[in-house]
Amino acid sequence: MTSPQPIPLDTLIVCPHCDAAYQLQRPGVGEKAKCQRCGTVLITPRRKAGLQIIAVSLAVAILIVAATVFPFLTIKAGGTANSVSILDAALAFSDGPLIALALTTAALIIFIPLTRVLLSIYVLVPIVLDRPPARGATQAFRLSEALRPWSMAEIFAIGCAVALTKISDLADVAFGPAFWMFAALVVLVVVQDNFLCRWSVWTSLDKT
Amino acid sequence: MDIAGQNLAIKSARDLGVVACTRCTKVWPAGTATCGRCGKALVARDEKSLQRVWALWLVGLMCYVPANMYPMLQTRTLLSVQEDTIVGGAVELMHHGAVGVAVIILIASVVIPLAKFMAIAFLAISVTRPSSVSNHHRQLLYEVVEYIGRWSMIDIFVVAIMSSLVQLNTLAAVNPGRASLFFALSVIFTMLSAQAFDSRMIWDVQAKQKGAPEE
Repeated sequence: MTSPQPIPLDTLIVCPHCDAAYQLQRPGVGEKAKCQRCGTVLITPRRKAGLQIIAVSLAVAILIVAATVFPFLTIKAGGTANSVSILDAALAFSDGPLIALALTTAALIIFIPLTRVLLSIYVLVPIVLDRPPARGATQAFRLSEALRPWSMAEIFAIGCAVALTKISDLADVAFGPAFWMFAALVVLVVVQDNFLCRWSVWTSLDKT
Repeated sequence: MDIAGQNLAIKSARDLGVVACTRCTKVWPAGTATCGRCGKALVARDEKSLQRVWALWLVGLMCYVPANMYPMLQTRTLLSVQEDTIVGGAVELMHHGAVGVAVIILIASVVIPLAKFMAIAFLAISVTRPSSVSNHHRQLLYEVVEYIGRWSMIDIFVVAIMSSLVQLNTLAAVNPGRASLFFALSVIFTMLSAQAFDSRMIWDVQAKQKGAPEE
C-alpha cells in the first residue's frame, strides 16, 4: 500500500499507542484531537496553558517543600502522642534491608514529583516567553515524561485515608497543616498533568 | 474533534512506509534509527518487547510469592507481638468485624495484583495469535493495567504511614515486615513489564485477520 510519491512527513501525525496515521489538522483552542481508532488524545491545546502550568508548578514546588517539613498527622492514645511529617512516613522503613524501600518511598512521594515540576518549569518558561528553548530542554522534558508513572503523590494521599480508617479505632488521629497542603498538592498535580499538551511542547522544542 | 483523512480507512504508519516516535509522535522515513527530535530509538514494531515483558513479568511474579508469605506488618502492643501477612491481616480484621476494610485490602493486595499478572500474560499471548477479544477491549485492558499498576503501591504507603505514626513507646508500635520490600519490588516489576509491552502490536493482528497485506 505504499504510494509512489514521497509522503510529506510533516503533515502526518501518528498515534503512539496504536500506530494509526492521520493527516495533521491542528485543533482549535479548547478542542481535542483524538485517535479515531483507540481514542488516545493526541493534541489538546489550551489558551495560556503554558503560563498556567508554570504557575501551578511553582505552587506545587512550594507545597511539596512545605508539606515535607511540617507535621502531617498526629496520633494520640493513652496520654502519649506522636506527630510525623511526610519525610518520617517515607523513612519508616529504615532498618536493615528495608532502607532501600525507605529511599524508594521517599523518591516516589517527594523527590520525583518535585523533580518533575522543576523540570517542567525549566522547559516551559522559555517557550512561554517565546525565547529559544533552554539548554538541554529536550533531555529535561524527556526525563520529566519518563518519570511520570513514578510520581505517586496522589496514591500516597489515598493511602493516608486507608491508614487512617485502620488506625482510627485504635487511637485519636489529628491532621497537621501538612495534611491539608498535601491534599491541595494532589489536586494541583492532577491539574498540571491534564493541562499539558505534550505534542505542543515537543513541537515548540523542535523549532531550534 | 478528530483529525484524519476521513474518507480513507485508517492505516498504520508502518503500512505507509514511515516510522513514528512513540514518545514525541514525530514521523520519520522507515529505517530511521533514532528520533531527531527527542532521541528515542525508533522501531516500527518492537519485536523483542515480548521477551522483556515476559522476563519482567516473571520477576514480578516471583517477588509476589514472598510478599504473601512473609509478614507485612508487625504489631506490638502491651501484651503481645503479632505478625500479620497480607491475607492474615485481612482475616484478622474480618474477625474484628471490619469486613469492609478487610474486603478492600483483599481486593487491593490480592485480587488486583493477580488480575494484573493474568491481564499482562493474556495481552502478551494475544498478540502472537488471532484473538477472539476485540482490539478495543484489549487496548482498554492495556490502559487499565497501565493505570492500575501504580495504585498497587498504596499498600506500601499504608504500611509506611502506619509504622511511622503508630510509635507510642510501650503502648503500641507498628513496624514494617519483610514482605513490604517484596511487595514493592513486585509492583515495580509489574509496572515495568506493562511499560515494555508495545501496544501497537494489538492493532496489527486486526490487520492480519482482515486479510490486509502484511509486510
